[in-house]
Amino acid sequence: MLTIEHLSIGYTAPRTPTYVVAEAINLTLNEGELVCLLGPNGAGKSTLMRTIAGMQAPLSGSILIDGQNIHDMPARERAKRLSVVLTERVNAGLLSGYAMVGLGRYPHTNWSGTLGEADHEVIQWAIRVVGAEELAHRNVSDLSDGERQKIMLARALAQEPRMMILDEITAFLDLPRRVEAMRLLRRMARETNRAILISTHDLDLALRSADRIWLLPKGGPLQTGAPEDLVLSGAFEAAFANEGVDFDRQHGAFRVHNAVSGHVSLQGGGILRYWTQRALEREGLAIHATPSADRWHIEIHDEADATQWHLHRGEQRSQHPSLSDLTAHLRHLQASPAAWDRQ
Amino acid sequence: MSTLSSALPAKPDTKGPPIPLAQSDLRTTLRPLAFGLLAAGVAGLFLLELTIGVVRVPLRDILVMLVGGEASQAAWSTILYELRLPRAITALVGGAALGAAGLQLQTLFRNPLAGPWALGITAGAQLGVALVVVAGAVVGSTFLERFVFLDNLSLVAGAGLGSALVLAAIASVSRRVSTITLLIMGLMLGFLAQGLVSVVLHFTNETQGKVFASWNDGSFAGVHWDHFPILIPMVIAGIATALLLVKPLNALLLGEQYAATLGLSVERARMMALTSTVLLAAPITAYCGPVLFIGLIVPHLCRGLFNTSDHRILMPAVLLMGAALGLGGDLFVHLPWERHFLHLNAINALIGAPVVIWVILRNKHMRSLAM
Repeated sequence: MLTIEHLSIGYTAPRTPTYVVAEAINLTLNEGELVCLLGPNGAGKSTLMRTIAGMQAPLSGSILIDGQNIHDMPARERAKRLSVVLTERVNAGLLSGYAMVGLGRYPHTNWSGTLGEADHEVIQWAIRVVGAEELAHRNVSDLSDGERQKIMLARALAQEPRMMILDEITAFLDLPRRVEAMRLLRRMARETNRAILISTHDLDLALRSADRIWLLPKGGPLQTGAPEDLVLSGAFEAAFANEGVDFDRQHGAFRVHNAVSGHVSLQGGGILRYWTQRALEREGLAIHATPSADRWHIEIHDEADATQWHLHRGEQRSQHPSLSDLTAHLRHLQASPAAWDRQ
Repeated sequence: MSTLSSALPAKPDTKGPPIPLAQSDLRTTLRPLAFGLLAAGVAGLFLLELTIGVVRVPLRDILVMLVGGEASQAAWSTILYELRLPRAITALVGGAALGAAGLQLQTLFRNPLAGPWALGITAGAQLGVALVVVAGAVVGSTFLERFVFLDNLSLVAGAGLGSALVLAAIASVSRRVSTITLLIMGLMLGFLAQGLVSVVLHFTNETQGKVFASWNDGSFAGVHWDHFPILIPMVIAGIATALLLVKPLNALLLGEQYAATLGLSVERARMMALTSTVLLAAPITAYCGPVLFIGLIVPHLCRGLFNTSDHRILMPAVLLMGAALGLGGDLFVHLPWERHFLHLNAINALIGAPVVIWVILRNKHMRSLAM
């Protein structure tokens, strides 16, 4: 449906050399597909999104939607094919959420923008799809950032495009809402047979929900594939290579790389073990399974009424009711090397 | 997002209770009534304009004369046709024109304090007029002696050119400078126009100077039937363009970027709105002088009254509200006072300045000067 050929994006200004952000981009986007555009800051995600949305001219190459170049299309024709939600905060004055979603009917209405029966149906459908029934009657300027983005998303839907371009749409939402929003978008792509392109910083979310990922490394060629393909091929590690941060292929997430400052052993299992391990890693402690006389040993006691962490080495022992208490104690011990090192 | 768990409709369907269009607030419900009252107010003020003055003409006679009958006193006919009717028509048309120009400018520049006067468009027109007069003086001092002020097409041309130049300048820098900078530029242009007008006044003869001075004070009174063939068609063209622009202006509420993605060709809409503003503000300034505040406050009064930014409602509203304010101000000036020192702009400032202060205090961006 969307075909990008030999695209080169960037900026031209008089009296300055052309600034190329990325070049030789060849991509396709199909109906029913949710694609996430990922890349480090400054790689050109926004420039690519803006160019595909027709808001910025490409340096060279073409972007075709159903075989027609979007940059040669009249604005109204383009608006019938693709709709856009930007990060930019909209300050629209005294408009209800409903009127805002109604503006999405812009390319479909007559000169005065009168909404007909069919338009109202589409608007109500769009509001229901994003779950904004409670926001429709309120003034857009009174809504929170997340609520406003929801209304803007409904507006983009009411435009009834073949393709939606969403720039950082999940950024304003809290974590559970983000997961919901992505599930919703994916479903929307499937069931309404639209193509959705989202740029995001949220790697974990993109890996879980995208059908395909466009990965734009800084200065490098754009790579595309299923999320898992890109993880396995090491493309992510290369794109996000950075000091102190490792991409953990095992879990598909970034991991802050802490220098090891000490060794402990841990006994216990299940979810308690997992989170205890996380807390200890954060403290920079390497974890061993077998106890040894020269390092501290931690036992997790999961009683019916309370969980206790027992810390001991030789004769020294202490009990801690929470991980916060445990890590505070360990920090205290590490602060005096005499008490920590026994070797 | 409660609908997530339920099946997502693939096609538009309207299951579930209808979604309310807007808060069912009193101002929304009473909208037709507000329109009716505004229209009645305009009609009433128009008739009052014709009745009240130094000479009181009974309403009955006014109505009789308006439908072509004979008045009971011959002098009344002269008063009505030579003085009051042209003045009332000018006040009606002028107020409506300035209101429509103000609304377009506020949406276009996304600036709540924009208006023909605040952005220096009035000053541009004033400068144009002053320059035409000065140029005439340079050509020959006899020009000024024989110069019949206001009966000169070149004045309207000068006003149109002056305001168009100012608008073009503003439009080209508006995306790079802040709201406050634009407003200060407009203010400075106003001072410049005032200075040049003073210079012109200094060199004209006494009779012409008086006409020029009263023009410079801003008044709907100087316009006569002879001027209407230029004034009225320009304003009608401007208002027609403004009415055609209600949909693009609504899209522009979202900002130019979003408006473009909705299918609006932003450049064309901008050009049309700017042309409409010149068509509205330039002839009014050429014939009535600088009329302050009306263009700026009328859109705010309408937003407050109708509780919406939708131009399909606001545009007719500003036309009515502008006409009402123009007529009201002019009526107040021409009440049968003992002495005639009251100027239209004094009334406008008395109403307008508090409204502007209210707008600034209410607007978060303006309050912090960081828009």
